[in-house]
Amino acid sequence: MKHIVKILAVVVAISASWLGLLQTSIVSQDYTWLLPIYFIVSLGCYGLFMVGIGLMQFPTCPQEALLLQEDILEAKDFLKQRGVDVGSD
Amino acid sequence: MEGEEKKNKYSIIIPTYNERLNIALIVYLVFKYLPDVDFEIIIVDDGSPDGTQDIVKQLQQVYGEDRILLRARPKKLGLGTAYIHGLKHASGNFVVIMDADLSHHDKIEFRKQMETGASIVTGTRYVKGGGVHGWNLMRKLTSRGANVLAHTLLWPGVSDLTGSFRLYQKSVLEDVISSCVSKGYVFQMEMIVRASRKGYLIKEVPITFVDRVYGSSKLGGSEIVEYLKGLVYLLVTT
Repeated sequence: MKHIVKILAVVVAISASWLGLLQTSIVSQDYTWLLPIYFIVSLGCYGLFMVGIGLMQFPTCPQEALLLQEDILEAKDFLKQRGVDVGSD
Repeated sequence: MEGEEKKNKYSIIIPTYNERLNIALIVYLVFKYLPDVDFEIIIVDDGSPDGTQDIVKQLQQVYGEDRILLRARPKKLGLGTAYIHGLKHASGNFVVIMDADLSHHDKIEFRKQMETGASIVTGTRYVKGGGVHGWNLMRKLTSRGANVLAHTLLWPGVSDLTGSFRLYQKSVLEDVISSCVSKGYVFQMEMIVRASRKGYLIKEVPITFVDRVYGSSKLGGSEIVEYLKGLVYLLVTT
């Protein structure tokens, strides 16, 4: 099944339950009309929250940078000796 | 384990454009860190004006033309077709795709594939053990934002969609690549999403990405638009 079909199915299910709520007035009407907006705002907040967490937890690798610098010197040495042009531009 | 490794051959495809300095470095690193692995490096250069191909030829003198294959193209023709082009010349049963500016060097990917029999092993910068260095806040923010957006829309099953290192079983790559049509790095994303949809076993390993040592980074405003268009395309067609 294509992914978009899955997403649409979820959207349809949510819409159907929302319409159902409107019809049967389990919850007060004024509140129900605002639910879609609450939902979208929550989705946005969730997204921002995930980005924030991801940003805070972004792993860094300073030790790799050092290793890389060493490797670069090693590589330049090795290759220069064998006739590969590794001068910087 | 050692015996099994000897039966396998890895074709490492590296597309290049103006990577004169990076290519020498990455070739050296590959040879240094994979001493007992049977591999070949296929460099697909798109007519770099900076003389990348001359460097490759010099490297061939050092390492042998059977280990380093130069399969150039006349001009910039895109990442996706570069992989397809490289694949045509690949004689291994595994294909590794990596960027010329990758700093990561580890045999973990190969071992992981052995252990799990995965169809694809992909590198991720977002998990512990992996990571980046030299990225400012803006760049991290863009990267994370793009990643969260892609996850929310696509439910891809991997944590890093645009990581620059992947190991594929050759038959799997051939199958997936034939159904991908995007350009640039969206192509990378399309490949992993399609592979995920097809049900291939995909494993992730942490990779590290140290900011480009030489050369200029290729990210700009139009790239963001392309990215968003790519996401919508993937959303609708996969």
